Amino acid sequence: MIRLALPVISLVVLICAVFWLQPRAMSYVGLNLLFNLAVPIALATVAQMVIIMVGDIDLSMGAFVSLIACITAAILPGNPALGAVMLLGCIAAYAALGALIEARQLPAIVVTLGMSFVWGGAAVLILPSPGGTAPGWLTAVMKAKPPLVPMAIIASIIIAAVAHLVVMRSAFGVRLRALGGNARAVSRAGRSTIALRAWAYALAGVFAVAAGMALVGLTTSGDANIALRYTLLSIAGVILGGGEFTGGRVSPIGAVIGALTLTLAGSFLSFLRLSPDWQIGAQGAILILVLAARLVVRQAEKRA
Amino acid sequence: MTTGNDRAAVVVLDGASKSFGALKALDRVDLSVGPGECLGLVGHNGAGKSTLVNLITGLFAPTEGGVSYPGAADHRAAGIRSISQEGTLCPNLTVLENLQVTQRDLTGWGWRGAAAGRVMAALDAIFPGHRIRAHTLVIDMTLAEQQMVEIAIGFAEGATPARLVVLDEPTSSLDASIAAQLMTHIRRFCAGGGAVIFISHMLGEIFDVATRIVVMRDGRSIADRPAGDFTRQGLVDAMGHVADDDHQPSPAALARALGDKSSHILRTPEGVEARRGEIVGLAGLAGHGQAEALARFYLSRSSDWRGASDPQAVFVAGDRKRDGVMPVWSIRRNLTLAALDRLTRWGLIDHAAEARIGSEWQKRIGIRTPDMGNPILSLSGGNQQKALFARALATQAPVVVMDDPMRGVDIGTKTEVYDMIRHEAANGRTFLWYSTEMDEIRNCDRVFVFRDGAISAELEGVQITEEAILAASFEFGDSAA
Repeated sequence: MIRLALPVISLVVLICAVFWLQPRAMSYVGLNLLFNLAVPIALATVAQMVIIMVGDIDLSMGAFVSLIACITAAILPGNPALGAVMLLGCIAAYAALGALIEARQLPAIVVTLGMSFVWGGAAVLILPSPGGTAPGWLTAVMKAKPPLVPMAIIASIIIAAVAHLVVMRSAFGVRLRALGGNARAVSRAGRSTIALRAWAYALAGVFAVAAGMALVGLTTSGDANIALRYTLLSIAGVILGGGEFTGGRVSPIGAVIGALTLTLAGSFLSFLRLSPDWQIGAQGAILILVLAARLVVRQAEKRA
Repeated sequence: MTTGNDRAAVVVLDGASKSFGALKALDRVDLSVGPGECLGLVGHNGAGKSTLVNLITGLFAPTEGGVSYPGAADHRAAGIRSISQEGTLCPNLTVLENLQVTQRDLTGWGWRGAAAGRVMAALDAIFPGHRIRAHTLVIDMTLAEQQMVEIAIGFAEGATPARLVVLDEPTSSLDASIAAQLMTHIRRFCAGGGAVIFISHMLGEIFDVATRIVVMRDGRSIADRPAGDFTRQGLVDAMGHVADDDHQPSPAALARALGDKSSHILRTPEGVEARRGEIVGLAGLAGHGQAEALARFYLSRSSDWRGASDPQAVFVAGDRKRDGVMPVWSIRRNLTLAALDRLTRWGLIDHAAEARIGSEWQKRIGIRTPDMGNPILSLSGGNQQKALFARALATQAPVVVMDDPMRGVDIGTKTEVYDMIRHEAANGRTFLWYSTEMDEIRNCDRVFVFRDGAISAELEGVQITEEAILAASFEFGDSAA
């Protein structure tokens, strides 16, 4: 629970700062605008979290989400059956990657870095220039206007809840986390680590596919480079949310909050009227600040 | 091998051998373990105990001969569980989630409740009065609590009931009272028809619970008799190492006896003092602040910012995996790590000097390997620990801090390392030695007994007896004399 306190506090502090700078954001429309783009980032962050949970890291997340966006925008509206098969194929490819990494004991960082070029190339082949359209139902879902609470907030809560149930509560999730905690104990218990890693990658693939589709639902078109920054955003989100790079210690709720915080940091800097030249640097500074705070809290915890 | 006795057995090894390349780790072993038996398995490191256990638990297949589980298809169906020395828990999971890793039937709605019920029932039965909760993360627990959970998972009720539980050094992190609870449970479990294979370097525990003892040496089972037929001395002799009981006091101790009141070279905030060339022991029950005192002292003598070519103190880790070995490095690199600053020329490592130190210490401390360039994990636990000792002793540091370094190490290795420590102390090195084992504490010139994070007694020379240490560890009411 203490692990979750810091991400929540950083999010609340940022929200307050944004409201103080721009009181008009304190409304249904304002909140929706602030958090709209956080939904695909949150999904990608959860996907990255599943990979980090089993002790790996995925450097192809941005390219993969872009590929999904291209498939969703270019193929899904015209040929739903083919589009669906391609999306499922992408998930299967992710599972196969996981199996390959475990079976050959390859470093995931290298494999996914290589795959990012494969995904990027495939995206350009499918959609050579930005364009396409979002399927009507997808736009309808992403731009729905439920009463009282904006869609972006509801979606974030649902993502966090589903990820928490699957990863933290289910027996399936426990087995995956066990793989990140002590792979030898898992294989000694007579379970196949290859199958488990494949399942973990498949689960990450499912969330990444959802991220790409959600992104197209918001932007209504695709682009081979649309989500490239998701790779680093998703890693930062996992760590912001209290996850650790090794040992299988992650928090799905924290990861979603981390993604929201990162999105909000961008808006906060725009409200400060900071020149775009400085924004990326300032975003990094915010990230360092939060991580430093986490370190201080962790040390205080240890002393207590 | 078709006698009635064998058909009732849980596991039967019939001339089982296991080779790793040219090395024959297990050589034609015949063994059967039946219900109600508690088999004590003894032997020094490399004798084949772990290989034998790995065959029984189905981790390896034998290269020759056979392993069978009468009445069951495989080791899992036969109800064979094992608790290994390396740790079988996932630190990032809670207690009840760890049970899920080994028990496959815990799925579907409500599996958490079932898992918590099973593991807590086992904990309550084995360690009454424990304070472990089912929802605690393993990483947040002490080593002793982790070991208790591991044991409880081994005995916990499941879809296939436990019929044979292999316990490999199960008490290495437990203090005496908790260990006694485990012994009681093992006897109860065997009386109820369960079987246990018990591996321990504490011969007292073996005699305490074992009904039968198998002695292993060089991959063979060299003796297999009822426990009553062995004496403690006979057992040690059979293992091939004769424990050397008498020890000479170090020159520092002799000098003190002659009235040398030379000043202490160190004093910790807790009040632990040591002179040059003295072996100072930190005793008491496990987890009473000894390790913390050592760590504080060591960190106060070393810099966070730079390595020193002549450090003031070096550290020998007890928890090898956490504080000791660099798992992907070679033995030689692990060994020379602490002395690295003396091996550099113009910032580059002098490989010739490194190799020289490596082979010198291999000889001096007896690391059993054909090539110091092999990965450190290719060594047995005892030999890894020797490499860590050599790492510390290869420096010029005047003070050596040791945090219970002999955990799970066989008697032969221990005797060799004790000699090395005495030799180094005679040359003027000071040792601060935390140990949970009484035999080791007797090697010290002076002993500080810890209780509740503070020193409860200081013993010197002939005062260092088991009774005095126990009295200081368990003092009730009246203050130290």
